[in-house]
Amino acid sequence: MKNYAALCADRARFELRTTLRDRGTVMFSVLLPIFLLVIFGSVFGKGSIYAGSNVTFAQYMVAGLLASGLIYGAFQQLAIAIPEERSNGTLKRLVGTPMPKSVYFVGKLAVSAFIYIFQAIALLGLGHLFYNIHMPVSAHLWLIFIGVSILGLISSALLGVAFSSLAKDGKSASALAAPLVLFFQFTSGVFFVYASLPTWMQDIAAVFPLKWLAQSMRGVFLPANFSSHEVAQSFEFGRGFLILAAWSIVASALCWRTFRWLGKGRD
Amino acid sequence: MKAVEVRGLIRQYGGKPAVHDLDLDVAAGECVAILGPNGAGKSTTIEILEGYRHRDGGSVNVLGVDPAQPNRAWRNRIGIVAQSSDDLRDATVREAIHHFSRFYRQTRGVEETIDLVGLTEKASSRVSTLSGGQRRRLDVGLGVVGRPELLFLDEPTTGFDPEARQQFWQLIEQLKSEGVTVLLTTHYLEEADTLADRVVVIARGVKVADTTPRELGHRNEATVSVHWLENGAAREERTSTPTAFVAGLADRIGGEIPGLEIRRTTLEQAYLELLDEETQ
Repeated sequence: MKNYAALCADRARFELRTTLRDRGTVMFSVLLPIFLLVIFGSVFGKGSIYAGSNVTFAQYMVAGLLASGLIYGAFQQLAIAIPEERSNGTLKRLVGTPMPKSVYFVGKLAVSAFIYIFQAIALLGLGHLFYNIHMPVSAHLWLIFIGVSILGLISSALLGVAFSSLAKDGKSASALAAPLVLFFQFTSGVFFVYASLPTWMQDIAAVFPLKWLAQSMRGVFLPANFSSHEVAQSFEFGRGFLILAAWSIVASALCWRTFRWLGKGRD
Repeated sequence: MKAVEVRGLIRQYGGKPAVHDLDLDVAAGECVAILGPNGAGKSTTIEILEGYRHRDGGSVNVLGVDPAQPNRAWRNRIGIVAQSSDDLRDATVREAIHHFSRFYRQTRGVEETIDLVGLTEKASSRVSTLSGGQRRRLDVGLGVVGRPELLFLDEPTTGFDPEARQQFWQLIEQLKSEGVTVLLTTHYLEEADTLADRVVVIARGVKVADTTPRELGHRNEATVSVHWLENGAAREERTSTPTAFVAGLADRIGGEIPGLEIRRTTLEQAYLELLDEETQ
């Protein structure tokens, strides 16, 4: 047996290779935000997001899609893959080997991180080439972008692992997770401008991570004076960080209490 | 030396006993088959020994460790072939064996393992393209790549065609010849007869027999039936002294006896009779 770091690297490579061979995962968890950028960008991309400003809808959209990418690559991917692996015998087989259990989660996080990094490069690259999307203007904003990405990845992945205990197999997991992701995309400022949504919708979305991820991403990719268009007149970076950190703690506790290696009734 | 020692094992599901007061011993290097009808408690028992399920009572010792507190050093010494699974579909045979070999301290070589389970031609194929028998041999490959001292096989050949089953048995015989202790559950009496040094029959969570395949249901002592043809008609005689009977028959007929057959109770018959007694 090799040392722990080498084992984690092995697991990450194996997971990545096999995950990316699964067409469903590649379509719905990897490529979807990129398709959405192409579709929305081509239809509405060149129009201004607010009357009289020179910021395009595509620019607003990219912030939301980067936030969505964190949800697709981590939450949705894990919320579906783990129940699938619980029902098809993957987890049972692994837990019967000397592999430290944490290596499994490291492998999953590595896959989520890889998918997100791929999406971020593709969204920003394509956006820059075809939809005139501007990059963050300062090193400070790049740092915030990286910070939001890391915290978003961790909270989203932990929530995905916690959510995985709800479904009995991959099919029922996607029936639960996919509509939920769609709902939060509509209500969190990904497909529509958040400030223009009904207040009750804003209030629901404001409890959950996607709204804060999207808002922080807008803070990174929109001009600073656009904060006046936000409901709180600010991109609220500090508050966003705290709420994502709080969700990470809640999700960790849920994982700790509810995660099962074997299917129901098999203890 | 004992590989497995179980005393008074109890497991209940929702207050109903699934395994009741079961004792089981497996010596190092031995192959023991657990037989029993569906729902008898075979898999529950083996999964408790594998460290997958908890127990409600009794003591269990597997290679010196209580499986209720499995540790990595212990996992290094056992191999598990659980009931059929559908994982690893997107990996190739070689990738899967290679990946799992990384978890163990002492390993069999990747190519050696692939060769051992007869998947050399399929080494670069996706697991999703394997037949049922090939898939099961991969499961064994993953179970033995860490050179286990004790191998668990839970219904390893369910759904096999006869040829695949024969090949599978050869593979297990080879592992036995390497000194691996094997504990298997099966529905196939012929499988237990071929592979096992000892059979344990469980019915409704209770052990009803623990003996060698030859002695199950006293079939070594029981009467046998002698069949032959006389004047074109099939004749049959049940006797406990077949040698004397056939000698007498040969004298009477004078020479070669047409269509002579001596049939001993098969393990399957002995097993079914045993279960019949238990349920009455």
